[in-house]
Amino acid sequence: MSDRPQPKPGKPGLPGLIKGLAVTAKNLTTPSHTAEYPDVEPSLPPRSRGVIALVQENCTVCMLCARECPDWCIYIDSHKETLPAATEGGRERQRNVLDRFDIDFSLCMYCGICVEVCPFDALEWSPEFEYAELDIKDLLHDKERLSQWFATVPPPPGPEAGAAEPKEVAAALRPARPRRPVRPPAGGADGGAAPPPGEQA
Amino acid sequence: MADALEVVVRVVAVLAAFLTLPLLVGQTEHKVMAHMQGRLGPMYAGGFHGWAQLVADGVKFMQKEDVTPAAADRRVFRLAPAVALVPYLVAMVAIPLAPGVVGAELDAGLLFVLAASAVGVLGTLMAGWSSANKYALLGGLRAAAQLLSYELPIVLAASSVAMAAGTLSLVGIGEAWRPWWLVWQAPALLCFLVAGVAELQRPPFDMPVADSEIVFGPYTEYTGLRFAFFLLSEYAGIVVLSALTAVLFLGGWHGPFSDALGWLWTLLKTGAVAVLVIWVRVAWPRLREDQLQALAWKVLVPLALAQLALTGLVVVMIS
Repeated sequence: MSDRPQPKPGKPGLPGLIKGLAVTAKNLTTPSHTAEYPDVEPSLPPRSRGVIALVQENCTVCMLCARECPDWCIYIDSHKETLPAATEGGRERQRNVLDRFDIDFSLCMYCGICVEVCPFDALEWSPEFEYAELDIKDLLHDKERLSQWFATVPPPPGPEAGAAEPKEVAAALRPARPRRPVRPPAGGADGGAAPPPGEQA
Repeated sequence: MADALEVVVRVVAVLAAFLTLPLLVGQTEHKVMAHMQGRLGPMYAGGFHGWAQLVADGVKFMQKEDVTPAAADRRVFRLAPAVALVPYLVAMVAIPLAPGVVGAELDAGLLFVLAASAVGVLGTLMAGWSSANKYALLGGLRAAAQLLSYELPIVLAASSVAMAAGTLSLVGIGEAWRPWWLVWQAPALLCFLVAGVAELQRPPFDMPVADSEIVFGPYTEYTGLRFAFFLLSEYAGIVVLSALTAVLFLGGWHGPFSDALGWLWTLLKTGAVAVLVIWVRVAWPRLREDQLQALAWKVLVPLALAQLALTGLVVVMIS
C-alpha cells in the first residue's frame, strides 16, 4: 500500500467545477516542480539501471551471462592461452582470454540477470543513461566501451541503518569463546591447552 | 477637416486595439495555461519567461505552406478566415472604454455588437462546408447546432440589461449601471458569459473543434496563416466578449478616479473576464454534444427568461 492519498468521495455541496478551478488556481500560484532534464541533471537512485559496465580483468569467459540473457544480446568470443609452468617440471596451465564482449543495447531489456549471475562481479550497473545514438548499430557497445562505463559505477551503498552486520564483520566482532577447561591428559605433566578454535590453521 | 482627422484617429486607435489586445490575450493564455498545467514548454522562447513564444508561433505559421484541398470550394475556403476575423474588428468599433473613448458611439450599440460578432461564426460554417473533408463538415454541423442554441441565451441576457438601463446604447447602459446590478443581473451575467464562451467554441464548449475526436473540426484542412487567422479570431472574440461583459454587467468605467481613468477600469475588467475565460478552459472538461444542447435549452434559456421577467418586474416597480 503506497502512502499516496486515496481519492476521496466528492464532498456534497462543493461541485467539481469549483474544485477544478481551485486546483488550477493553486497550480498557477505555486512554482512548477517539472524536472528540467537537459538543463538540470536528474538525481537518480544509486541502483539505477542505466548501462552495464564490464570489468575485463574479472571476466573468466564462463558464458553464464550470455546464456542467461533472455534476449541474447551479449556476444562473447575467447580463445585459450597456454601458460608455461611456473616451476620446472610443473604442469602447464590454460587460461581463457577475452577477445570480444559486446552488449547490444538496442536489444537489451535491462533485466539485470547478467549482472546477477556473474560469479566474479565482472558486470555492474552504472546509472549513466545518456548514450542515445542516431544509428541503431552504434548501440552495440564493445568491451572497451563497456569498460569505460566502469568509472561511472557508484560505490555500493552501505547497509541500511539498523540492518544486521555483514557476516564477516559479525564474525570478527564476536567475542572469542571462553576457554574450555582442559582436563590434563591422563598421566600428562605439561598441561598444555588446546589452541582456541579460531586460531587453528 | 477636423472631423475627418477625428475619424482617422478613432479608426487607427480601434485598429491598434484590434491588433494588440487579442495578442495580449493569446500571450496571457500561453503563460496562464503553462503555469496551471506545470508545463515549461512556453517558457523557453526568448529570454525572460518565454516572452517571444507568440512571435515564434507567428514566424512558424508564416513559414508553413498554404494548402487548399483540390476538392475544396476554393473561394469560400479562402474567404472563411477573413469572415471569421473581420466581424470582431467591426464589433470592436462600437464598444466604449469610457464615454467618448469609443470608435463610434451608436444609439443601438448593443444590437450592433451582437449582430457583428454573430457574423464571425459564419466563418466557421464556411470553413466546415467548403473544406471537402468529412471531419470539417462534421465540425461545421456541430458548430451550426451549437451557435443556433447559444445565440438565444446571449441575446436574452443582453436584452435584460438593456431593459434595465432603458437603452440599447452601450454608453447609456454603462452610465445607467449601479453596483447593486451585480446582484440583480447576476443570472444574466452568468448566462451571457457561458453562452458567449460557447459562441466562441472555446473549451469546455469546443465540441465543434474537438481536436481529439474530429481532428480539428472545421479547421482541419487549414494551414499556415489562414489557420492562424482562425486562432486570432478566437482571441479577438474573447476580447469582444470580455469587453462587452465588462461594459454591460461589471460597470465598465465605474470605479475610483473614473473621471480620468475610466478607460483603464474598463480594460482591467475586460482583462479579468478574459483570464476567467482562459481559466475555465484549463479547469473544465469538454461537454458532450447532448450535454451541450441540454445546458443551452434546459438551463440557460429558462434562466435568461426568468431574468428577463425579474428585470421587467423591478423596472416597473422602480418607475
